[in-house]
Amino acid sequence: MGNGIVSAVSAFTGSGVYSPLLEASAESGDDEGSFMIQLLKEFKIGNTTLHITTTHVSLAIVVLVLVIFAIIVNIKLKKADENATPGGLLNIVELIVETVDNMVKGIMGTNAKRFVNYIGTLFMFVLLSNISGLFGLRPPTADYGITLPLGLITFGLIQYNGIKKNKIGHFTSLFQPIWFLFPINIIGEFAVPLSLSLRLFGNVMSGTVLMGLIYGLLRPFAVGWPAILHMYFDIFSGCIQAYVICMLTMVYITDKIGD
Amino acid sequence: MNQVTGQEFIYAMSAVGAGIAMIAGIGPGVGQGYAAGQAAAAVGRNPGAKSDITSTMLLGQAVAETTGLYGLAVAIILMFVKPFK
Repeated sequence: MGNGIVSAVSAFTGSGVYSPLLEASAESGDDEGSFMIQLLKEFKIGNTTLHITTTHVSLAIVVLVLVIFAIIVNIKLKKADENATPGGLLNIVELIVETVDNMVKGIMGTNAKRFVNYIGTLFMFVLLSNISGLFGLRPPTADYGITLPLGLITFGLIQYNGIKKNKIGHFTSLFQPIWFLFPINIIGEFAVPLSLSLRLFGNVMSGTVLMGLIYGLLRPFAVGWPAILHMYFDIFSGCIQAYVICMLTMVYITDKIGD
Repeated sequence: MNQVTGQEFIYAMSAVGAGIAMIAGIGPGVGQGYAAGQAAAAVGRNPGAKSDITSTMLLGQAVAETTGLYGLAVAIILMFVKPFK
């Protein structure tokens, strides 16, 4: 019980460190109904052991798909005729870019240009990660080791832009409206990345666990109709969460720098 | 009659605790339903602003969901991570 907290945290993140979570899924033995992070391969470098889990594999696939998509679009864009109307793939890409542009401009106003690249990247990555459960992967965002960095990046952006814009006022605002609210304000600052990452993780994780339970417990009957649940948990919930994390990131940054 | 060992008792109580932790799901359910009802009323009053109302509603619901997700995180830790050994 002494290292309970440590093992809880390391198991929660899963990626990179060996954890009781992995052990539990290995013990249960059924590879079809298990929905937890699974250990695939071990590497030994010096004294440290690296663990390749399902999260690493699905993350690599998601990133690879995004990179290939970007390269194809880039090649097509360079060949494209400026005067002709775009067709096929370029049309879809134009639609995506325009949607993200309008979304960012609607929230951030004049600062939109500086953040549209990051928000677009975040949106595409989280969306593809969430719906990767449809293709039989374990969604990378169902691992706290993926969503916590996303929250920390947002935290860094908020603090950096707040200090850049408000200088010393960024710190004195912690004592507003009255000085003894300082501890509460500090907690409020650090709750931002925590709630951002836990929201994404909890939503995707609950979907993954529920689908795993259905496939595990109702194995003989789970034919066809889980598609409806996939539609809700993977597509609907995934799109909503990708939208929400982008919106909240923009809202928190705009809160500090104004629009 | 078999004796229940301490370890088994801890696992059983962890499962009970996970169930109790999910009572946290009541709050977000009420809150999200209220937000959706208010949004429906707003669309009824002003159908032109439907897309704005929808995005605002989704944002508010996502924030209201957070407390329920904290409960879910506690339940998952109790069930699968087993912090008390």
